[in-house]
Amino acid sequence: MPIRVYDIASSRAGDKGNTSNISVVCYDKKDWQFLATHLTADRVMQEFAHIASGPVTRYELPNLKAFNFVIEGALGGGVTISLAQDAHGKTLSSVMLGIELDSSQTT
Amino acid sequence: MKSIDAVRIGVGAGFSDDRLTPALDLVSRVDLDYLVLECLAERTIARENLSRAKDPDKGYTPSLHERLQMLLPTCMEKNIRIVTNMGAANPLGAARAARDEATNLGLGSVPVAVVLGDDVTELVRSNPGLELLEDHLPVESLMDRIVSANAYLGADVICEALRTRAPIVITGRVADPSLFLAPLMHEFGWTSDNQTLMGQGTMAGHLLECSVSVAGGYFGWPGKKDVPNLADSAFPYADVGRDGSLFISKTPGTGGLVSVQTCSEQLIYEVHDPQNYITPDCVMDITGVDLIQAGENRVQARGAIGKPATDSYKVTVGYTDGYIGEGEVSYGGIGALDRARWAAEIVKERLRKQNFVYDDFRVDFIGMSSLHGKLDERVEPYEVRLRLAGRTQNRRAAQAVGFETRAMHIHGPGGGGGGSDPKVRDVLAVKSVLIPKHLVRTQVVLEN
Repeated sequence: MPIRVYDIASSRAGDKGNTSNISVVCYDKKDWQFLATHLTADRVMQEFAHIASGPVTRYELPNLKAFNFVIEGALGGGVTISLAQDAHGKTLSSVMLGIELDSSQTT
Repeated sequence: MKSIDAVRIGVGAGFSDDRLTPALDLVSRVDLDYLVLECLAERTIARENLSRAKDPDKGYTPSLHERLQMLLPTCMEKNIRIVTNMGAANPLGAARAARDEATNLGLGSVPVAVVLGDDVTELVRSNPGLELLEDHLPVESLMDRIVSANAYLGADVICEALRTRAPIVITGRVADPSLFLAPLMHEFGWTSDNQTLMGQGTMAGHLLECSVSVAGGYFGWPGKKDVPNLADSAFPYADVGRDGSLFISKTPGTGGLVSVQTCSEQLIYEVHDPQNYITPDCVMDITGVDLIQAGENRVQARGAIGKPATDSYKVTVGYTDGYIGEGEVSYGGIGALDRARWAAEIVKERLRKQNFVYDDFRVDFIGMSSLHGKLDERVEPYEVRLRLAGRTQNRRAAQAVGFETRAMHIHGPGGGGGGSDPKVRDVLAVKSVLIPKHLVRTQVVLEN
């Protein structure tokens, strides 16, 4: 059974220029390691490839049972010139939450 | 001067169009020492500069009047000092407006301290070689289109304004967390060499700067993340100790939620490298932060570090970049998507035949692909709203996008309806440069 990020974490997107940062915050500390293994920067780039030029950088915040994904080239050239309805990319957190991860390798 | 061991800071606005009444609830029900009103987004100052060009008395945050009319009587009565960046492109004009409001409310002559120096437009114009952070081109590439350039000033100059003892401090562009850190440095005598205190004070600011976002706003999710009585959501405040201890709470008797999860989301919000969050006051490291539920709707935050500040200010350069034109029309029922696609092709062909060119053009099928793309993978819904948008240096080309889309009412496929009025807006874009701090002259003016 695949696990969605949504099942174990919450997420919020923020913007700076043409870069989106999307946090992933586990509800339970025990799930952090699973995401550390499976929700890699490459995996996230794959899911955002049709939206963002990349690269994606992942920062780890184990104290906050969280990750911060910084996705470059994600906002249609930047909030102020973007033609998108959601120029800030606020809804991109839902793309993150929809990512399905293979749970068969869980410990 | 009396020595105090704790300061209570609330936030009464987190963006220029923030809700009004939660701020009144906060100052009425909680004994605050300071209320911060944060009202400037990235390009707000550029926009307000255009307002000021039309009317030299304008150029500050328009909602200043309404906010102060509502909040000043209680703040003056309870001795709550207001710190706000509603000065935008005209802090002195904002100060005059604030003093007028106080007079009209029967509060007499209220002194207002004004922070100046963030406007570095001339400095940027005289340094065309400054490198833009986004594309590494010299700022010269924007030169004839620059509307404004404003440096994110820090807590030091706000402290100077607080020392005037004015009940109201008004700034233009400053870093958002600095609005909160400054009262703490002022009250406790904190100095920038203490990394624990600078970190904790900056974290307090970062947790509060988006107002309700730390208190259950923009958080709830049916069946997953419950937020009690969200309709009555409240603004938060922080209790900060002289030793840097920090607790986040919200107005009692209201809806919303302050939890470890709400604080975590806000703490990471708009941070890139969590070990190096750069403000004018310090470089904050939040990787060692612990959040602890200390009570109902009360979270303790500890462990932030404020490493030494950099020697430059970040400067936002606002410039004009043509126009964006938009139009929308809806299709429903049988073949809704096919008709919407056909309409989009017809509009594009008509724009082409008029020789209009666009720097960027976008077709959205709202309900399917306007947010996250992948039209071909989406299930077709019952109804589709077509949206076309184009960015161009030619105003007529921008107008034509909405004009031709609305014409789908009679010149397009059958059964379209609800076309929007054509929309055109001027594009005010922003890019950034760094300027050495020593080149920027800050100043405090007391209006009384």
